[in-house]
Amino acid sequence: MYRIIEKERLSDEIVKIEVEAPLVASKAVSGQFVMIRLREGGERIPLTISGCDPERGTITIVFQEVGKTTLDLGRLEPGDSILNLAGPLGRPPELKRFGTVVCVGGGVGIAPALFRARVLKELGNRIISIIGARSRDMLILKEEMKEVSDRLYVTTDDGSLGQKGFVTDPLRDVLSDEQVDLVVAIGPIGMMKAVSGVAAEFGVRTAVSLNPIMLDGTGMCGSCRVIVGGEVRFACVDGPEFDGGLVDFDALLLRNRRYLEEEEISLKRARGCESHEKAGSSKAYQELR
Amino acid sequence: MRKQDPARRIRNFDEVALGFDEDEAVSEAERCLQCPRPWCVRGCPVGVDIPGFIRAIRERRFEDGIRIIWEKNTLPAVCGRVCPHEAQCEGLCSLSRGCSRYLTEEGKARVDRFLSRSNLIHRRRRPVSIGALERFLADYAAANGIRPLRRESKKEGRVALVGSGPASLAAAGELSRMGYSVTVFEALHAPGGVLRYGIPGFRLPKEVVDREIKQLEEMGVCFRCDVVIGRTLTVEELLEDFDAVFIGSGAGTPGWMGIEGESLNGIYSANEFLTRVNLMEAHRFPETDTPISVGRRVATVGGGNVAMDAARTALRLGAEESIILYRRREEEMPARREEIENAKEEGVRFELLVAPIRYIGDENGWVREVECIRMEPGEVDASGRARPVPVEGSEFRMEVDTVIVAIGQRPNPLIPMTTPGLELGRIGNIITDEDGRTSKEGVFAGGDIASGAATVILAMGAGIRAARAIGRYIEDRRKQRSDGKYVSKDTYTG
Repeated sequence: MYRIIEKERLSDEIVKIEVEAPLVASKAVSGQFVMIRLREGGERIPLTISGCDPERGTITIVFQEVGKTTLDLGRLEPGDSILNLAGPLGRPPELKRFGTVVCVGGGVGIAPALFRARVLKELGNRIISIIGARSRDMLILKEEMKEVSDRLYVTTDDGSLGQKGFVTDPLRDVLSDEQVDLVVAIGPIGMMKAVSGVAAEFGVRTAVSLNPIMLDGTGMCGSCRVIVGGEVRFACVDGPEFDGGLVDFDALLLRNRRYLEEEEISLKRARGCESHEKAGSSKAYQELR
Repeated sequence: MRKQDPARRIRNFDEVALGFDEDEAVSEAERCLQCPRPWCVRGCPVGVDIPGFIRAIRERRFEDGIRIIWEKNTLPAVCGRVCPHEAQCEGLCSLSRGCSRYLTEEGKARVDRFLSRSNLIHRRRRPVSIGALERFLADYAAANGIRPLRRESKKEGRVALVGSGPASLAAAGELSRMGYSVTVFEALHAPGGVLRYGIPGFRLPKEVVDREIKQLEEMGVCFRCDVVIGRTLTVEELLEDFDAVFIGSGAGTPGWMGIEGESLNGIYSANEFLTRVNLMEAHRFPETDTPISVGRRVATVGGGNVAMDAARTALRLGAEESIILYRRREEEMPARREEIENAKEEGVRFELLVAPIRYIGDENGWVREVECIRMEPGEVDASGRARPVPVEGSEFRMEVDTVIVAIGQRPNPLIPMTTPGLELGRIGNIITDEDGRTSKEGVFAGGDIASGAATVILAMGAGIRAARAIGRYIEDRRKQRSDGKYVSKDTYTG
């Protein structure tokens, strides 16, 4: 059992929790993830680690309520426990002094992007951050991101906060203005694809964090297989971080739609037990469809 | 043995083979010739005293019978169900034809020599159902609350076992009986390895696995799930806390053919397909949360036990047609005879001498067709089977909604990758000696991680041999210490 120590709602659908998991906390680095299962009969889902405190023995997870399991997780309060939590999983990415790094975070991906920015800043990198969301109430962790970044750009699709448009707009400006050594992009598949495309135009490598459907998370099933550089790789052991220029994002998008029908059935049942509030699919879920 | 009726059993996940009752067991036991130099025992990878426990059944001394088995085998309820008996004990039974196709050339020659000398009149008869009798005793013990004897004395010494599949479970039983304190680390949320996520409930009910694990817990074995050795903790870190480490992490990495379209939606590795059902209970969705999607027409590629398990599971999930695609002939299938027969009874269709060459998908990325090529048996290869040769121009297409790839597994790379000093073989397996010693001091390995994908009982045999070697290793070190020759751990170079 893994106890939730703290909980904070960062937006309508985005929740941050701090979970007691001392072994995981002592090992985890930015870029790794955990597999969790809430209860008997529950499914295993991967969640990116967005921070860890080895002294407190806790890890931080920021997730968006998009389906049954994440909704259930969002209902847990401090003192409640998660039945199973395994990690840290995934290949630890290269963390060193690159020079100037652009950290791009989209939606709930801003949280792990912030974790990366913090780590890279401590390693002596100059950090330029770009964070984006659909609208202002979805844009999380802006102040925290500002604190660790040498420069911060904010975009929203509807222009309700910061620049109107996508994260690729300021990215293009930054890349034309100065020498960038690495771009890190964490967020929706479409965003990571667009960012990798723009960075490639300027000859800069993008590290992307892929989010395919996972089952065990330890390399034994291949549910998370992705195509990178024309080869089949397992995101859970070979990744989840890959060179964005080599990833077949379209294939990933199609593979992530494998269980849409089942996910909806599950979600409806979960909603059935709930009061009338929040009827119908979440916005994020509808977008996925 | 009685079985569930095929028409009914494809509607449920309950066990197909129903087992012997006491009278059936006794009458089967009476068929045993009680050979003075029993071949069956030589066919058993852990050397169970088979005539001994059969004699006990004959005399209705069932408790004595199970105790005889427990001396060599800690998981009889499992082995009695899933061992390929026809290739092991039963294959060498004096009542059988005595010449199993699974035997090595040397083994066959030995059996032939034996049969020609012994002048047996029974050689065409059915072997004693040793597996079913073993299962009977194990189930009898469970139903009557008979427990293995507790260990006599506690010994100083802590052993970490990595993985909780058959190799580790067998090693855990043995080490704990020897008196050592044992901790088993499992990456998934439930212990059992392939017994849990791989073999379906209709062949091995999960209650049987739970029962065996509970018995080990009662003997003092500690199970720690959710710990991924190689990530959460490394083998080197385990060596700081434990006197020895046994790696039994298995061959859980699925093999792919590397053909076009293999990543299309609807194409599963057998591991994924079976894990969703067996471990995650996706067949009970949406009561459980893990989904699985199975179309009307399911093709399973491969001819081993895993392929049979997957094809039969697909039927139980509601597939109208379940087809096995296998590139060789039926007699060359590595699956157990019994399971091939069960699959046929249930209506699984066999397309033999056929191999997929690519998958064709629709605009949404779902598999719709598989293109295959026909094969013909060629020259005999190293495995003693005819090598399948593609027939030029014989390509044809078959409509499919779901494909399950069951062409074998490779050793899981996570531990070899994160443990310096382990000597590895060609397929990424950990190289060990007969007793499971690796190239790294204090580290032992056994089962599929050392041998490559094999059987449950071979893994158990390896686990038991390694456990005994670990016991000797710990005692030797203790002696060295008391002789004043003890070398501190950090001077070992591994």
